Amino acid sequence: MSEYKVQFEVFEGPLDLLLYLIKKEEVDIYEVNLTKLATQFIEYVDLMRQFDLEVAGEFLVMASTLMYIKSRELLPVDQQVVVEVEDEGEDPRWELIRQLVEYKKFKDAAASLQTLEERQENVFPRLPGKMEFQSEAEPAKPEVGIFDLLNAVNAVLRRFQEKTSGQREIYEDKWTVSEKMEFVLKTITERATVRFSELFERAANRAEVVCTFLAVLELIRLKQLACVQPEPFAEIEVSKAIAPAEPMEVVASASEAGVQSEEKSVALPPETTAAEAEEEVEDEEEYDDDDDDDDEDEDGEEEEADNEEQKPK
Amino acid sequence: MELKYILESLLFSAQKPMSVKELRDIFANAASEENAAEEAKAFKKIKEDDLVPALEQLAAEHEAAARSYRLACVAGAWQFVTQPEFSPWLRALVGVKNRPSRLSQAALETLAIIAYRQPVTRAEVEQVRGVNVDGTMQTILERGLVEQSGRAEVVGRPALYSTTPLFLEYFGLRGLEDLPAADELRRIPIEKPVAPVTADAGLATVPPEQLRLDEAPAKPEETPASPSEPAEAS
Repeated sequence: MSEYKVQFEVFEGPLDLLLYLIKKEEVDIYEVNLTKLATQFIEYVDLMRQFDLEVAGEFLVMASTLMYIKSRELLPVDQQVVVEVEDEGEDPRWELIRQLVEYKKFKDAAASLQTLEERQENVFPRLPGKMEFQSEAEPAKPEVGIFDLLNAVNAVLRRFQEKTSGQREIYEDKWTVSEKMEFVLKTITERATVRFSELFERAANRAEVVCTFLAVLELIRLKQLACVQPEPFAEIEVSKAIAPAEPMEVVASASEAGVQSEEKSVALPPETTAAEAEEEVEDEEEYDDDDDDDDEDEDGEEEEADNEEQKPK
Repeated sequence: MELKYILESLLFSAQKPMSVKELRDIFANAASEENAAEEAKAFKKIKEDDLVPALEQLAAEHEAAARSYRLACVAGAWQFVTQPEFSPWLRALVGVKNRPSRLSQAALETLAIIAYRQPVTRAEVEQVRGVNVDGTMQTILERGLVEQSGRAEVVGRPALYSTTPLFLEYFGLRGLEDLPAADELRRIPIEKPVAPVTADAGLATVPPEQLRLDEAPAKPEETPASPSEPAEAS
């Protein structure tokens, strides 16, 4: 009896139990005597009850199917036909055998999966370490954040602040961001790295500085520019982004960038007063915010820069 | 330079299993480098279809050499792995491999049915196993071995389940065609025998003599009036 108890725990369902019973009989599934099997199956279900095991509904369904098959056998052959074809169209015996064969195949497949599982547990992949000689490239320089850039441009703007204190000058506003982008791209193509302040050396006034700065920001957003600080507190250096862009692509995206910024400046005519240009500045930056979350806080910082600038006036 | 040995060097040094596509990209990149060697340029236009036979040949060579490691393709990616029999020492080397507990019999059966019959609904799995599979499905879904892959276009639109790439990795399989006895179990319905194998399909006991009709005396299964004949012919 206790031997049976152990077996019950292993059965995965009525089909499993049936397969076990067939195996015990040592016959082929196709040749099994279902009538005899039905008797044994029901004995087991009874046994499960005796052990107070919860008899799952599936076992009862199977027991009733087997009882049905068994009851059919009691009828003369010709009477079976009538019941059979009209009711289900499929011989329940065949249906059960088919189900058993199918289940048996998957049970075997599960066994081979288990073998694979155990095998794979003992397989170790080769995981080579990182190759050290690859890092001959210069050590990565600290990345420059948006605040570093704003501080740098603030320093540039201070130059004009001192000049213009006391009086106001009105300039013809003839710079556009797209022009400046071309200028910056040309400068960094000619020379590998350019100091940040060099980009603003020839700027005549505040609006031009703002325009150039926007061009720099836009190029960073388009991943055309890289800004690095060689060491803490050193001046920011601007260089071409190390993106895996081939020369052809750079040209393509540069012109594309030009188109983009031109589209943007359609909203405001390129020739605007300095004040309007500043408004444009902010618009542009808001536009950036939409595209790129990295540029967050930009507006706030720029306003601060503006405020600082307004104070002495 | 022979292709298979280039591949061997790449897989020897690779940090992770390499798919054929990744390997092809490496060939393309090596050829398009500035001042690339002539030899590298020769393989610039190599196709994935050319790489697979080379990889297989390489794997066969390693297998034939009976080394402690072999070249394996798991879930479509190639890598060098050790042979299982060396695991006692490797386990000591890398520490205990942090592997989740083994799958239960029920989980393995359910997985097998999904693997061979995918995409498959829960009801179809239950039909084959003859039991409710809610619990086991939950387990293998949580383990990431199967995933919901869509819905069947039948009444109620039940979810369809398929195995994941992790399933292939877990069992060290190259692909679904690599499953044991795949051609037999995948999709092919179980053939109904043309004629019953035994005297009467599934019924070894002969009905009692007195219940039998006169027309069907000795061999009931051969008579045209036999009950099982019409059903099985259809």
